[in-house]
Amino acid sequence: MAEYTLKVRRYQPEGGEGPYWEEFGVELDPTLSVLDGLLQVKDRDDGSLSVRCSCRAAICGSCGMKINGQSGLGCKTQIGEAHEAANRRNGGDAPIVVEPMGNMPVIKDLITDMESTHWEKIRRVTPWLLPHGEPPEREYVVEPESMIDITQSMACIQCGACVSSCLSMEADPDFIGPAALAKAYRFVGDPRDAETKERLHDLTEDPHGIYDCTHCFSCIDACPKGVAPMDQIMRLRRKAGEEGIVDPNNGHNHVNAFVNMIEKKGTNDEALLVQESYAPGIKGKLKPTRAAIKGLVESLPTVLRAIKTGKARSPAKVIPGIHPKLPGGAQDEVKAIYKHAEEHREEFNIYIKGEDDVEPEPDEPTAAILTDEAKAATESEES
Amino acid sequence: MSDGQIKVAYWPGCVSRGFTPELHGSMALVGERLGIELVELDRANCCGAGIIAEHNQELADTLNARTFALAQQTGLAMMNICSTCQGAQSECQQRLDADSSYRAHINEVLSGQGLSYEKGKDGFTNKNFLWLLVEDYGLDRLAEKVVRPLSGLRVGPFYGCYVVRPKERLGYDEFPDRDIYLEQVIEALGGEVVEYDGARKCCGFPVITTNRETSLRQAGTHVGDALDAGADCLVTPCPLCHLNLDMQQPEAAKVVNRDLGLAVLHLPQLVGLALGAEPKQLGMSKHIASTGWVEERLAGVAA
Repeated sequence: MAEYTLKVRRYQPEGGEGPYWEEFGVELDPTLSVLDGLLQVKDRDDGSLSVRCSCRAAICGSCGMKINGQSGLGCKTQIGEAHEAANRRNGGDAPIVVEPMGNMPVIKDLITDMESTHWEKIRRVTPWLLPHGEPPEREYVVEPESMIDITQSMACIQCGACVSSCLSMEADPDFIGPAALAKAYRFVGDPRDAETKERLHDLTEDPHGIYDCTHCFSCIDACPKGVAPMDQIMRLRRKAGEEGIVDPNNGHNHVNAFVNMIEKKGTNDEALLVQESYAPGIKGKLKPTRAAIKGLVESLPTVLRAIKTGKARSPAKVIPGIHPKLPGGAQDEVKAIYKHAEEHREEFNIYIKGEDDVEPEPDEPTAAILTDEAKAATESEES
Repeated sequence: MSDGQIKVAYWPGCVSRGFTPELHGSMALVGERLGIELVELDRANCCGAGIIAEHNQELADTLNARTFALAQQTGLAMMNICSTCQGAQSECQQRLDADSSYRAHINEVLSGQGLSYEKGKDGFTNKNFLWLLVEDYGLDRLAEKVVRPLSGLRVGPFYGCYVVRPKERLGYDEFPDRDIYLEQVIEALGGEVVEYDGARKCCGFPVITTNRETSLRQAGTHVGDALDAGADCLVTPCPLCHLNLDMQQPEAAKVVNRDLGLAVLHLPQLVGLALGAEPKQLGMSKHIASTGWVEERLAGVAA
């Protein structure tokens, strides 16, 4: 048994006041959860403390909240660990900070309105199968292997922790979001669904769709079930890219521009990258889109400032395409890698395949650091 | 902690040799003063920055396997100076290390070039400068080298997403404090840590060409929050973050509709100042957001 302080962000709409902090002392075993702590508060101190919960076993998805700023489930966060996390910098007795999920309106205390920020977006991605033709008399028969790919998306328990943590959504509330896009992949990757292309077009051509993700990994860290929503978004980008679907944000063109640039140059040629992202190839330059012209014009002041301060004075930095290739035969080695990888395009997924635990032959670590003790030890071994 | 000479296979990344040349220069200076020998991997290729994997995951894995293999040829551990390189490379390394047959498949094309990525060979690690500084060089040793303590300089840490998430593949089990190393380094150098909301959030750089407003709103908000918290400057271990926080700062100011003007330092620059180097030597005059205030704050402290 140990004592902890929970500092809870409260909001009681009936009172007419705004949100406020309230601290509670709790006493429980460090291996119990933050949710257990909150329920103890409800039981002993203040029954009005409101929180959604049900299974207490990380499967119902009800108790999404932010603990010390980290989105996750209350029932899956050990209170002892939460206390340590709150005290890493000061080693003292700081309280565990508990807040309602982010990016959502707060109804009361830790209960948020998930309708507009979560459920609406889930519905937006048509989260049901769209098969074609007559339904079979019994079940749709598919190879089990063909369904394994989407089991990662299927693991979602709709808790909203990813939505809570999404930094793109924080800056752009219209972003479809990690939960909905992970759910979308569940159907895009389903072999029984017959409208894959339509789904990909829909998600890609939405300016707040798959290319609006800022690639920050917050949803991967927040998800209690290993869904890794950002990885599902990247799979959607790969699939949309294979179909050649161009989005209104230049995301597809940007990816292509980057990929092609590294094949040619091996390292980043910034001027070429910007040019090819907005005005790809010959067609892109002969007939640039309005968005492309706007984008290029908008980047001019930044480039001019960089030239002025001396960041980018050499011609190779400002003229697209004259950046040097890798030295020696290295660029050819990169090209050979492209040839091999573009042929195979294997998508290895650790969630699905797991690790094969093949341990390497134990070696004397010689890399980087040779402390005096290590040197002395090796020398005495050799003698 | 080490007292001996540290030697690493050094991957400088693309941006430090592109639009943040001040990073490349200050790392060279700091490496010399600290006694870290940098063996540059000049034949290595871009890490893909997470973007190449959006097209073909195997391609990104193979390109980084090549870089690891080049590093392994030197027998040294690898060091990078970019949060994005760290994150992109660690993601690929996790897949390469997870499955021997996938690794063998990737090594097929590398073997044609006389290269091979061997899991765990020579205790191979790939660490960014921030991690290496704390874990291998040591904060005590760093503090001893300080010639000009950054007394009274209020520094806001800005990590960059790619070194703080996802925790499970960035070694946080073994090194749980990796997301407070910047604070520890700031204090070891004599500076004062400024806590503010955006320290571990996204600078917005990945969407600068695809959703400019969202991107600059992120950068502008975090810079603004740091200013409100009283920061004299930010420090970041990621040159891509630096581009969005510094090079784009005037544009970000327009999006968030407030004056900004907060200096953003690269980690080696902050270290370099404490080691007694002059701002000009560290390329600080190349920044877009003026570093004048930082120089003024430090002027009172003798080098």
